[in-house]
Amino acid sequence: MFATRPNLTRDLIIAAAALIVLLLLPYVWPSRMINDLVIRVSAFALFATSLNLLVGYTGMVSFGHGMFFGFGAYAFGLSMQRLGVSIPTAILITIVSSALLGLVVGAISIRLKDIYFSFITLAFQMLLYSTVIAWVPLTGGDQGLMGGIPRPPFLGIDLSIESHRYAFAVTLVVIGLLAMRQIVESPFGYTLRMIRDNTERATFLGINVFRAKLTAFVIAGVFGALGGMVMALFVSGAYPEFVNWTMSGEGIFMIMLGGLSTFIGPAAGAVILSLLNDVITRGTEHHGLVLGAVILLFALGLRKGVTDFIADWFRVRREASSRSGG
Amino acid sequence: MNLAALTDCLTSASCLVTQTTSGLIIGMLLFLVAAGLTLIFGVLKVVNFTHGSFYMLGAYLALTVNGLTGSYFLAVLAAAAGVAAFAFVFERFFMSKVYGSNVLMQLLVCYAFILILDDAVKIIWGPEFKSMGMASAFQQPPIFIAGGIIPVFYLFLIIVTLIISVALWLIITRTRFGTVVRAAAVNPSMVSALGINTGLVYSGVFVLGGMLAGLAGGLAAPVRSLTAGMGFSILIESFIVTVIGGMGSIAGALLGSVLIGLVRSFGSIGFPLFVEGLMFLLMAVILILKPSGLLGKEG
Repeated sequence: MFATRPNLTRDLIIAAAALIVLLLLPYVWPSRMINDLVIRVSAFALFATSLNLLVGYTGMVSFGHGMFFGFGAYAFGLSMQRLGVSIPTAILITIVSSALLGLVVGAISIRLKDIYFSFITLAFQMLLYSTVIAWVPLTGGDQGLMGGIPRPPFLGIDLSIESHRYAFAVTLVVIGLLAMRQIVESPFGYTLRMIRDNTERATFLGINVFRAKLTAFVIAGVFGALGGMVMALFVSGAYPEFVNWTMSGEGIFMIMLGGLSTFIGPAAGAVILSLLNDVITRGTEHHGLVLGAVILLFALGLRKGVTDFIADWFRVRREASSRSGG
Repeated sequence: MNLAALTDCLTSASCLVTQTTSGLIIGMLLFLVAAGLTLIFGVLKVVNFTHGSFYMLGAYLALTVNGLTGSYFLAVLAAAAGVAAFAFVFERFFMSKVYGSNVLMQLLVCYAFILILDDAVKIIWGPEFKSMGMASAFQQPPIFIAGGIIPVFYLFLIIVTLIISVALWLIITRTRFGTVVRAAAVNPSMVSALGINTGLVYSGVFVLGGMLAGLAGGLAAPVRSLTAGMGFSILIESFIVTVIGGMGSIAGALLGSVLIGLVRSFGSIGFPLFVEGLMFLLMAVILILKPSGLLGKEG
């Protein structure tokens, strides 16, 4: 199944090229600021692309996806702080626990259609948020996980060194995006598209829609949690803002900004929004006011993501050349 | 968890009265917000995520007018009128532009306004908690019923919110506007074919919903601490209420609001740290048993 899919070689080459470019970037352009930005973008790219598995590919508009981002950050941070395990073990704990969270939340939420689904996912996120705030002895409440996350070396990788951290984050995001690409291009990925376009037809064809949606929800949750984990590694802590609803709002904005009809759109949106947030934070203290205005301009003016425009441009050109060429 | 305290309260008349009253207050104020939310959804099929911000705006407007005039009555009036005007602008110039788009665009527009309004409130009124203080007319000894203490203001709130609820019910069921609104909820193209301007109806529904949220914010201002994030928490509660009661059903919103109010007030005795959790639990149970909500229609 893995080797036969068309374009797999192309995707692998693109991924390898992207990885090489990202790994070489610090040598070509040594800048602490760029490094930090790339790590943050990596976290958000995983988060936004995983959200798009639900929104763009399956038609499930989750408004609580930030719950996984925050959960991943806390799960990883707490495993390192409290259990004193190695980093690979903590990653495994993060993956397994976020999959379980996805399973429970998904099993309840997926019964609901359309806007009810959006509501209940948001409600679950806020439940997690209020738990994080209230459970001070474990989570540090509104102060967040303080005292830093220990980063013992493993397999010759020492994540307390900045260059290692950078390489780890970009490798993880490239592998993560490639894995998600593989999922959406697999027969399962096309099943999800069919459910999005015509649920009834999928049911008639004997597809267990509930199970397929639940699988997608769990997968998206795990990748979202990995994004949160990268973030926790980067800031060496976890904060309630990671679990707050604004995280989900930003996720939605990222995939809209980048364009949800292409695979790479959400990741592009993560880059744009991160840059934008940096500029806004540096330029003004009224972050919400400016970001809100930008979102309004986008929603009422542009109305389409950046990669949507590019994809349209290519389509128009192709159609024009096929017409003139006969 | 403190089940002993909860049992003690449930078996003592005075505690029962006090907690039921405070539950009703929470519930009725919540109902005013949730009713607008569910009304807008029922007619326009749009979820107004800014509805909590309307409530917040109402509370802050009341704070300012109360400070300027010293009249709580004028403050509440200004909150209702001001938020209604804001809702009109919001609907006409922003929300109506994305009715035809997918739900994500509507979400984004609302998200933008939540960010802008929260920041605007911080700029205009400051980031710190504000409190409005009780009007002197209500600074009287509380009423005792079966040993339970009920402040006069609470009694006033319950009566006023009940009157507003009845008025809303009359508007929806007995007036021409209400009839058109109910018709537009079922079949907007038929309403429009009969020569009624549905755009105007949508606008009216938004203004009515906004006014209710502003009223709730203004009424609640003396007993709540005002902060920029206050809109979002009541928005989440209103969602829970509408989901429990059934989206689009005003009677369902009333039932859900009172339920949530009682869960909050009694839950704070039995499970002080898990009050929010209790609400979500209640919602999850109801959704599993009846996905369309208690009084919602299937589909």
